[in-house]
Parts: sequence; C-alpha cells; structure tokens
Amino acid sequence: METVVKRLGVWALVLLASIAAIALTPDAGFAIHMGIVALVAVILIFATASSYDPLAKAQSIFNMPPGPSRYDDDVIRWGVIATMFWGIAGLLAGVFIAAQLAFPQLNFEPWLNFGRLRPLHTSAVIFAFGGNALLATSFYVVQRTCRTTLALPGTARFVFWGYQLFIVLAATGYLLGISQGKEYAEPEWYVDLWLTVVWLAYLAVFVATILNRREPHIYVANWFYLAFIITVAMLHVVNNLALPVSLLGAKSYSAFAGVQDALTQWWYGHNAVGFFLTAGFLAMMYYFVPKQAGRPVYSYRLSIIHFWSLIFLYIWAGPHHLHYTALPDWAQTLGMVFSVMLWMPSWGGMINGLMTLNGAWDKVRTDPIIRMMVLALAFYGMSTFEGPMLSIKAVNSLSHYTDWTIGHVHSGALGWNGMITFACVYYLTPRLWNRERLYSLRMINWHFWLATLGIVFYAASMWVAGITQGLMWREYGADGYLVNSFVDTVAALHPMYILRAVGGLMYLAGAGIMAFNIWMTIAGKVRAEAPMGETAHDEAADRPLPIPAAAQPAE
Amino acid sequence: MTNRIDEPTGTEFVGHEWDGIEELNTPLPRWWLYTFYATIVFAIGYMVLYPAWPMIYRATAGTLGWSSRGDLAREMKAADAARAGMVAKIAATPIEGLAADPALMQAAVAGGAAAFKVNCVQCHGAGAAGSPGYPNLNDDDWIWGGTLTEIEYTLTHGIRWEGADQTRANFMPSFDGAMDKAQLGALTAHVLSLSGKGKPNAAGAQMFADNCAACHGAGGEGLPAMGGPALNDAIWLFGGTAADVKKQILKPRHGVMPAWQGRLDPVTIKMLAAYVHSRGGGQDAAPAAPATQSAATSAQKANPDG
Repeated sequence: METVVKRLGVWALVLLASIAAIALTPDAGFAIHMGIVALVAVILIFATASSYDPLAKAQSIFNMPPGPSRYDDDVIRWGVIATMFWGIAGLLAGVFIAAQLAFPQLNFEPWLNFGRLRPLHTSAVIFAFGGNALLATSFYVVQRTCRTTLALPGTARFVFWGYQLFIVLAATGYLLGISQGKEYAEPEWYVDLWLTVVWLAYLAVFVATILNRREPHIYVANWFYLAFIITVAMLHVVNNLALPVSLLGAKSYSAFAGVQDALTQWWYGHNAVGFFLTAGFLAMMYYFVPKQAGRPVYSYRLSIIHFWSLIFLYIWAGPHHLHYTALPDWAQTLGMVFSVMLWMPSWGGMINGLMTLNGAWDKVRTDPIIRMMVLALAFYGMSTFEGPMLSIKAVNSLSHYTDWTIGHVHSGALGWNGMITFACVYYLTPRLWNRERLYSLRMINWHFWLATLGIVFYAASMWVAGITQGLMWREYGADGYLVNSFVDTVAALHPMYILRAVGGLMYLAGAGIMAFNIWMTIAGKVRAEAPMGETAHDEAADRPLPIPAAAQPAE
Repeated sequence: MTNRIDEPTGTEFVGHEWDGIEELNTPLPRWWLYTFYATIVFAIGYMVLYPAWPMIYRATAGTLGWSSRGDLAREMKAADAARAGMVAKIAATPIEGLAADPALMQAAVAGGAAAFKVNCVQCHGAGAAGSPGYPNLNDDDWIWGGTLTEIEYTLTHGIRWEGADQTRANFMPSFDGAMDKAQLGALTAHVLSLSGKGKPNAAGAQMFADNCAACHGAGGEGLPAMGGPALNDAIWLFGGTAADVKKQILKPRHGVMPAWQGRLDPVTIKMLAAYVHSRGGGQDAAPAAPATQSAATSAQKANPDG
C-alpha cells in the first residue's frame, strides 16, 4: 500500500509539473508535448490507484502466455509488436513522401509537408522500427546466450515503455514543427534528455544481465550489442549538447556552430549508421543466423578481428559526409581513408554470416527465413562496398547531394536492416507465443519476393536518378556555361521518382503481408498449406541454467 | 588439437557453446586479410600524397601540394581564361552595338542563358514563361520597355527595389472606397472590352478616361516609360478574369525585382539582357514615341499571341 501511495505521489508530481508547463509556456508545440506527458501521468495514476494492471489486460488481448516463464520474455513480446507497428507506420510515411516528391500537390500544409514528414519517416524506420527490433532482440539474445533471466526486470520494462514515449514525442514534434534541424537527431532538448535517461537504463539492464551470466564467455552478439548501446549513448549526448532558450519552450541552440557543428553532426550521423544500423544489426545476425541454420559460426577468429577493426575504424569515417565543404582538407582525407579501410572489416560480418551456411546451403531453397537472411547479408555486403566507394572524393564529387546517396542508404536500410529484422521477427514470434509454427511459411515467400522486387525498383531507380542528376549538374557546354538549370534536373528525374514510389509500395505491401502473418500467428491460427522447411525449436532447452550451487569453493 | 571436427566443413570447433551455437576455428580468409592490408597501404599512401596530418598550426600539405581551394581556383581560372576574349569584347561593346556582330551576340545570349538559369528561373521560370505575378519574358508585351537598353536598365536597377536609387518604380493607387459596386463593375467591363473580352461600357469608358488613362494610355495600350502595363492584349500579370481585374483595382499588387548591379558584373547583366531580348519579344528601336507605341500595340491587339 505504501508503495502505491508513493508511486501515486510521483505521478501526481509529474502531472502537476506538466500542467504548469502547459499553463506557462507560450509555445503551442511544447504545450502539446507536455499534454502527452500529462496524459501518460494520468494513465499511470489510474493504473496505480485501481491496482488495475493494463499490461495484463493487453497481454490477454495479444494472447501472450501468462506469467513470467523461464526467460523474461514479456517485454520482448511487446517489442515484437512495437517493431511491426512502427515498421508499417514508417514505411507508410516513406511511400507517402516518395509520392510527394513525384507529385508535389500531395504536400498538405503545414503538418503534412515533406519537410515535416521526412524526419518522421527516417526516425520511424530507424529509431522506432529498428530501435524496437534491437531492444527486443537484445533482451532475447542476451538472456539466452548468458543463460540467465534479465537483470533489473522492472528497469527493462521502463526502458521499453520509456522508449515508446520518446518515439511518440519525437514523431508528434516533427508534425508540429518542433525540430533542432540536425538530421537523424531532430528531437529537441527535453526529448533528448528523456532518451538519455532511457538509454542509460538500457545500458544498465544489458550490462547487469551480462554480469549475471551463467556462461564463462560473452558471446560475439553481445559484444556487438554492447558496442551499439555504449556508442549510441556517447553519440547522442555529444551531438545534442544544446542550450534551451527557456525551460518552458521547445527551442534550443546547439553548443556547436559552423563547421564544428557540421562535423559533430556527421560524426553522430555516420556512426548512427555504423553503430545503430550496422553493429546492432550484426549482433542480431550473429545469433539468429546460426540458430536458424542450425550451424556453427564460420570463424571465431574472423569475428574477433572484424569486430575490433569495425569498431575502431567506423568512428573516424564521418567526415566523408562533408567532402568539398568548409571542412579542412586534412579532415576530409581522414574521413575518406578510414572509410576505405572499413570495407573489409564490414565484409567480415557478411562472410561470417554467409559462410555459417556451409553445410546447410540447401536450406536457402527450403527455408524462407534463411533465404531472407541470405538476402539481407547480400545487401549488407553490397552497401558496405558502395559506402567506401562513395567516400572516395572523385566519386563523391559526382554522387554527393544526389539521389545516389538515397539509393545507397535504402539498399542498406531496406535490404539489410529491413530483411534481417523481418527474418528475426519471423523466428521469434512462434517461439515467444508458444506456437507450433508461423501461421504461414508460404506467405514469407510472398513477402520475400515483393520486398526483393521493391528494393530492386528502389535502388535501381535511385542509382539512375543520382547519376543523371550528378552528370546534369556538372555539364558544361562548349561555350563554357552550365547547360542545365536545377529545375531541368528535377524534371528529368520525375519518372525515376515514380518508379521509386512503386518500389516502396511493393516493399510496404510485403510488410503488410507479414503483419497479417504475425497477427494470425499470435492469434494461434495455422494456415493449411503444403509444408516448408523450418528449424525445429527445442522448447525444453530454452531456459536459463540454474544458479550454480557451488558458488563457494569447496573446503 | 583435441577439439572436435565439424563434419560438413572438416574444420575444428573452438569449444565454446552458447544456447546451442558453436564456433568454428576457421582461419581468416586470405583474400580478406590481403585486401584489408591493401586498403591500409592505400590509406597510408593517400595520406602521404594529400593533406592529412594535423599539426599544431596547420596540417601536412601532402607531397602533391593539392588543396580543394587550389583545385577550385585552378578550374575557375581555366574557365575564365577560356572566356576572357569574349568577355572583354562584350565589355567594350555598348549593348546596342551587340547586334552588329552576330558571333558576339550569340556568345552573349549563351552566357545570358546560363546566368538566367542560376539567377532568374526562380521567378520567371525555366523557359522564361513566368507565372501569375511574374512576367512572361517570351512575349512582346513589355511593362518597362523591351529594347536592349531598357532591359539592361531594368536588370541593373531592378523594379521597386529598396536601396537602388535609380530603380524603376511606380505605384497604382487603390480604388477601394473610391467607387461603388456598380461603378467597379462598369470599369471592369470596360477594361475587359479593351482586349475584346466584353462589350463596351460607356460609363466604364468615362471612368477609365478619368482615372486610368494617364498611366495605362487612352486605349489601354500601356505606357512603358512609366511602367503602365498594357490592358488591351491577352497578356495579364495578375490574371485576366473579371474577378482578377476587380481585385487589382481595389487592392493593387506590385511586383518587385532585385537590382542586379553589384550582385552580377556588368558583362553578365549585358548578356542577360541579350538573352531576354532574344527570347522572341525583343524590340529593336530606342524607346518609342507614344504614337509609334500606339501603332505597335494595335498590331498586338489584332494578334494577341504576337
């Protein structure tokens, strides 16, 4: 009872503070954000006061197996649902802004214009879809490879729900026009502070779980997860150093200015790719590929060398985003040569993933989840070759500021991050909800081909568009004058923009099929269909090791 | 070497196991390792050749002596050198004299086309066709005159451009409150009738003569010397429907164009004038006397697309 009263007090204080902020702020967007915080506080007050557990209620809606089973999987189930939900939302936003670029009439002022929807799309797919996938899989993998339950289970729940609040504040902020104008770091100071708290809690849960492990060694996937969590914490804090104009308003000013600000931003931006979308997702790959293939990891030595070389080299590569700018030449050189050296360390992950299938290559034919993983690794290899190539200054002078960059990012994001996440969610769902198998394996095939075709449309159209754009921008006539005006290049790209939107729509359609498949699996349905190969799940072995009885040395 | 051997690959296991996952002790692929070394060698070589190592006051310059500023300066210098003869010739030729040398005129038009793409398309459109509020430069309807000299003057000093002493400026007064609804309708009907879009209206004609003819001309043929737009053709800056005309009478809008003097060099302005003049509507003579102007506009009236 005492704890209930204490908690009520805390939520009431949060509510009061947010109401005071709403009353005092002259900033409408900030008031709406504080309204969201107040709403969360009200929900928590009711939840606490009535001892009514909304999570248990919601869990029965989603047919989650009741109670903490052997491993602590509740928060992972929520993570899988959140991944699917934000994935669809982010892809939908992506298709919509692709259509806006082809048909500018679709810009609905002021809330739904391209400038506000574009960060909504990028944040939704990277931080909401990708972030939830990383949260859920890291909690799943760390428990199983350490053979222990999550340390700090309450904090783990706080991490998940706190992260969702961050996503909602970020997303609504973009639509309201609240942005600090830093790419992939748009949320304003108070949202950044909140994310810092959540992220440090995440680090605490993860590290404490590793410290509690019942295995002598730390598995390679956990090295990558830990590198991802620590580095993202550092990047986030440094890049978002800012001074708010008022404690009762959204606006803040960055601690950096000019080219220093640009370099800090791209040190952050490039390593968001390196540590969020590469290291984190390699961690997913290192657990789920060997599990699904039922094969040992190809090379332990390669995993050590490519882990440390990747971590060491990636952090220096950011300046390649600022080639031919006010950034001093020596820093541009630094960014370029570190990017070139990054090629093989990146490929180490691809080799270790693909060659793990040695002795199980037949599964590419029979197992649709393996097929997705192989495609993801192939796209990972392609985009980590393309990246170093684009960082070479001679190439960059053609490709920079063009749609080639967009094509490059999406071959990585749709091909690598998207496909490996889909494969992991397909792997996780039947195991987390104790289902015999997925609702349908054949629908994964549909998803696979729609997504693959969508990526091909997307990447190919953006390659053509980017090179066209780059060549048109630099085209000089014999008389020594530029041949094209900017709008000429925009007109030339129109067909490519339509093809891109078509590709995105196909990818979204695949994800829609997946959402249905996952929904039906959670509902406990099994589609009558010809069987396909799938890796068996040993239910009995999926549990933590008992706490060692002989912790004390025998006397 | 007591570790177990993996059957399908013939490689030994490392001996660790996590949740059923084991690891093989495969050596690093040779091609991977040597390519990695090659990229490191490339990086070191590149850092010797190009600016790379930050020192206390400046970074090492690299043995090639390359810098991005130097690179840009060299390319710009080469481009300038290639054009120098032509630029000097245009600078020395008064704008009316350009037509005498077709090759020079062609070069000026080409340079103007390039400068137009950078500086003018934002308002006048890529094809110089304008849009509501921004004049079409392809037709022969000139608010401030369409000879080379007049266009050059407009470019140099701008239109209603604050801070430019010699900018072209005029202001149409608002007639809001100066006439009732019926009078407004009559005047609008007359204005539309000037370009054959409506029936003549006697009351409107009287109001036009009293209030409008001083700037727009008795027959609405316009007065380029004062910047009074022609109203007797099918070309309208702010729209040619009855509602548009009424709106302009009650709440006139005034376009603004920057003065390019100081932003662009005189040769570029001259080339832009040549380009705009070449779009199809350029006028030959020096500023026309009102009588000639009226004759020219009645020709327009017969053929509005001119």
